[in-house]
Amino acid sequence: MIDWLQNILWFLPDGLRDIAVQVIFIALQIVPLVVVLILCVAFLTYFERKVIGYMQNRIGPNRVGPRGWFQPFADVIKLLLKEVIVPSRANRFLFFVAPLLSIVPALATWAVMPLFPGFAIAQIDAALLYILALTSLAVYGVILAGWASNSKYAFLGAMRSAAQIVAYEIAMGFALVGVLMAGGSLNLGVITEAQSGGILNWFWLPLFPLFLVYFISGVAETNRAPFDVAEGESEIVAGFHVEYSGVAFAIFFLAEYANMILIAGLTAVMFFGGWHSFFAGSWFGGLDGTPLAFLREPSLAWLCLKIAFFLFCFLWLRATFPRYRYDQIMRLGWKVFIPVTLVWIMVEGAMMVAQVGPWSS
Amino acid sequence: MITLLIFWWLALVLVGAAIGVIVSRNPVYAAMYLILSFVTSAVLWLLLEAEFLAIVLVLVYVGAVMVLFLFVVMMLDVNVAAVREGFTRYAPIGAAVAVIIVAEVLSLVWIKASGLPLATPLASQGGDHSNTREIGLALFGGHVFEFEVAAFVLLLAIVAAIMLTQRQRPGLKVQDISAQVKVRREDRVRIVKVQAERDA
Repeated sequence: MIDWLQNILWFLPDGLRDIAVQVIFIALQIVPLVVVLILCVAFLTYFERKVIGYMQNRIGPNRVGPRGWFQPFADVIKLLLKEVIVPSRANRFLFFVAPLLSIVPALATWAVMPLFPGFAIAQIDAALLYILALTSLAVYGVILAGWASNSKYAFLGAMRSAAQIVAYEIAMGFALVGVLMAGGSLNLGVITEAQSGGILNWFWLPLFPLFLVYFISGVAETNRAPFDVAEGESEIVAGFHVEYSGVAFAIFFLAEYANMILIAGLTAVMFFGGWHSFFAGSWFGGLDGTPLAFLREPSLAWLCLKIAFFLFCFLWLRATFPRYRYDQIMRLGWKVFIPVTLVWIMVEGAMMVAQVGPWSS
Repeated sequence: MITLLIFWWLALVLVGAAIGVIVSRNPVYAAMYLILSFVTSAVLWLLLEAEFLAIVLVLVYVGAVMVLFLFVVMMLDVNVAAVREGFTRYAPIGAAVAVIIVAEVLSLVWIKASGLPLATPLASQGGDHSNTREIGLALFGGHVFEFEVAAFVLLLAIVAAIMLTQRQRPGLKVQDISAQVKVRREDRVRIVKVQAERDA
């Protein structure tokens, strides 16, 4: 691939050509990933409306295309054609920067996601920290949107969201400390490798409380129901994006769903073995030599399957629970999750010293 | 060559952002400029192959400290004009600090020019070298005592900060969540059997 690019770009001088080849090579990895992600977001909105529809004994969208499959495209076209209205006293610059600040971290984090054995766009050693740093940047989009709109409702939404994200980020960070201890590395690829050898070797078992804390904090970080006080339709209309319309609103929408996919993906990678197969363990040793032996191979399909399951959980939570009250959110974050993670990190340390299970070796 | 170009470009952005922090009239803009300068200096550290420090800088300062800053700046209606009146009063102190910083920078340049052993350039370690691992080994290997002392001091600071905010006013109406959770149906609802009315 690199040689081929070198040949195509023969007309450039040597030094420049090497750089150009590197840039093109990286772009060729990034563009397909982003396109697939955005398509996933589109169909996730369809999936959400269908799942919640059936949970509420309705049918959901079924008019556009066969079974309503083209509904997301209809929505996108509608949003693209709408006028973007800027409130008269809004801060124009920050008003337009805010949606970009919320989408960029959601997409940039995918750079370190181990997609299949031995592959991530960037195999960096501090991947876990990189993820924490980028997810903590997402809050700026929300805060600035709320402030720049010059609207009471948007501002209230932004303040709520800021407080909520600050609270849950700590619990999330501690949960990641547990993963880092179990995996022995900050590199997500190495963490996935450390979970090889069957369902019981995945980290959900030794780190079960941390898994729960991480996933619930993830729901809170993405401002999804039941933690969607930042939007809170019943009291503050639509919260931080109440003044946004058209494409600007679509970008917030995209960022929210991209973040959901990201949290689902990270949960799968850190607690459910990433691209490892469900059938990898010795329990399913009987499959070897049969035509079904391919099921034991690690692949991207397993990761996608796990991501889809956790996305379903997001929708399931939304359809099931009423919105949390603000003080209950704060209590859960500060007084329940943080102590739980701290205690479990101690327990995990003890388990590692005592060599419990296959995880501590 | 390319590294040098990137460095100069980032250095320009960094200085511009730093100037933006002090000259912008809007405190929210000042905070945003400060964020920009943090991110730029993180990228400068990346150029020095210190990826761990770079990411931690973004995580701690941009991800946590500046969120709280922005929170406060947005909540308080800061009167910038009133703050500016203090400028002439504090100008001498500011000038003194500036002079000291310039002197420090010049002394570093002087050391480097004089070729003392301090000035040996940092060895470049190549792509496989893990800066994160090295810092971990140094922190938890040779310097574990100092590390734990620092952690203890920070813990004390947290406890002290929480103590400062804990003011109990008498007569405060607080919800007792555990009591709310413990409530059973029998405590709230009484089912009364009412005789159906019969024709006389």
